[in-house]
Amino acid sequence: MAGHYFLRRAATAAISIVSAMTLLFCLIAAIPGDPASVLLGPQASAEFSRQFIEEMGLNRPVYERILLFFANVATGNLGVDVITGRTVSAIVLAALPSTISLALVSILIAVAVGLPLGIFAATHRGSPSDAILAVVSIIFVSMPSFILGIIFLVVFSVWLDWLPILGTGTGLGDQLQRLILPAAVLSLGYIGLLARLIRSSMLEVLGESYIRTSRAFGISNWRITYAYALRNALLPTLAALGMIAGRVLGGAVLIEILFARQGLGTTLYDAIVSRNFPVMQGVVFVVVVIFVLVQLVVELSYSLVDPRIRAKRQEG
Amino acid sequence: MARQTEPAAGTATIIRPSTLGRLGAAPSSGRARARRFGDVIRRVAARPGGFIGLLVVALILLCAVFAPQIATHNPDAIDLAHRFAPPSLEHFFGTDQLGRDLFSRQIHGSRVAMGVALSAILIGLSLGVVLGVAAAYTTSAVERAITILFDAISSFPSIILALALVAVVGPSLLMVVLVVALTLVPQFGRVTLAQVLSVINMPFIEAEQVIGASKLRIVIHHVIPNTLAPVGILAAMEVPVVIALEAALSFLGLGIQPPLASWGSLLQDGYQNLSKGYTPAIIACLVLAIVTLGFTLCGEALRDAIDPKSRRRA
Repeated sequence: MAGHYFLRRAATAAISIVSAMTLLFCLIAAIPGDPASVLLGPQASAEFSRQFIEEMGLNRPVYERILLFFANVATGNLGVDVITGRTVSAIVLAALPSTISLALVSILIAVAVGLPLGIFAATHRGSPSDAILAVVSIIFVSMPSFILGIIFLVVFSVWLDWLPILGTGTGLGDQLQRLILPAAVLSLGYIGLLARLIRSSMLEVLGESYIRTSRAFGISNWRITYAYALRNALLPTLAALGMIAGRVLGGAVLIEILFARQGLGTTLYDAIVSRNFPVMQGVVFVVVVIFVLVQLVVELSYSLVDPRIRAKRQEG
Repeated sequence: MARQTEPAAGTATIIRPSTLGRLGAAPSSGRARARRFGDVIRRVAARPGGFIGLLVVALILLCAVFAPQIATHNPDAIDLAHRFAPPSLEHFFGTDQLGRDLFSRQIHGSRVAMGVALSAILIGLSLGVVLGVAAAYTTSAVERAITILFDAISSFPSIILALALVAVVGPSLLMVVLVVALTLVPQFGRVTLAQVLSVINMPFIEAEQVIGASKLRIVIHHVIPNTLAPVGILAAMEVPVVIALEAALSFLGLGIQPPLASWGSLLQDGYQNLSKGYTPAIIACLVLAIVTLGFTLCGEALRDAIDPKSRRRA
């Protein structure tokens, strides 16, 4: 049953989230040494660090901490920021839109540019432009996005003096303007990745016998490429989108820090630098949830879109 | 040809059993192995991308091994009289905010990067292979536990997991290696599991069992050698990823600590002092870009050379 499959996948996702956080708690507990002294620094007074340990629940056994965390999560409580006293959920909610919009716009750019490039490369296989595309793609695929970010910063802010590009901005127009550069930086690598992926899956599909049969029937080249081949060639791309979305989320952390945008990444970084443990924990939890959910959605939509996979899963 | 069903969909590299014939299914002498290795390297170098990749990789390895001989200055020697010197014959890449020679620091940075990358991958690979084989060979309960562990680790974007752990333990070289290794375990584990499951029922394994070979002997002499091709390809493909991850952590000040020169901390130094000049930042960017490109090209060429069919899957 299809419903059965959905339920099983959703359960696996939930288990992944719980076990991921459990793993994080266990790793933190297993690491030798006193977490309070690492978090507060060696100068902290004994009184303060004892209070801190109690507040963080660090004196409790691991399993109790894990249970407490999930009991709180179930009631929507991610904890309280030890420094400002704000709730972690409020902090995360404030940071979330900027990160989500950065990630979404980057993925949109990557698809909007990478898809046509991939189709072009596949239909012009072996041409000079195909070769140039291959070289440019591999350069951007291999380059870490924060390196590209720094190069862009140097080029646009130091050489060309096109400010303002830093910060999140106020007002819709300003926000969009400041979103362009970080989103472009984040998407460039994935444009290359998608173009390569679509090119190779297009070439594979174009070699199938049903394409040859269509040609024999005299169906136009355009129709074969876009109506018949592309639909099947997009399937592996859809699967890759889950992986890409996850990497974009991780990459956004660095890009946000580079471009001084207020988002999950900067919140996490500030929490780590200021040893703000509850905020760090809350942000990591939210990132894990988003990450796992995106993969779940991609996988479910994959079987929705492709009847062959649906059939296989219903059998098994 | 009927397509093989892949036990673990979504793994990056899938080697079909049909390509295994020439990849060490049968035990072989050292000389034959060396010849096969040379053969793979020749095939890698035959493609333009692979040739460039091999060249870059060889250069980086040479730099890492002979760093003290190649470096023109002591990488940590502070010379406050010559801060922010532009590139010159004396200082090929100029000097940084403390007057240290950037060429020598970049050269020494290759040691840190290669040290971190190779040890993290080795640890991640060993743990992954052991867990993958264990998952295939034990009860389904153990297999499920191991898969859940893999899922748990890969539920974190790797940079997030690394940041969270480094935040708690404090940054150090050892922590960076261990944390990066941890993020690699599921990938190696899944590839190993898939590969073991596809080998485990092949006739030559059955033949070994009939002859009376012990389970341990079969695992060590036949199953593990047969997982090495895809695991090795994955290891090669992970090198640039690990280099980028270490650089990112060090760039954020949460990886390799000063005064040790790492490519990430050099980038951070350059970035912090952009107002004084952009050459150090640009050089650090170029070094990282060229190195990751070289290792990526090399990894992809290696994959194509060992498993030509995966080429179509990109």
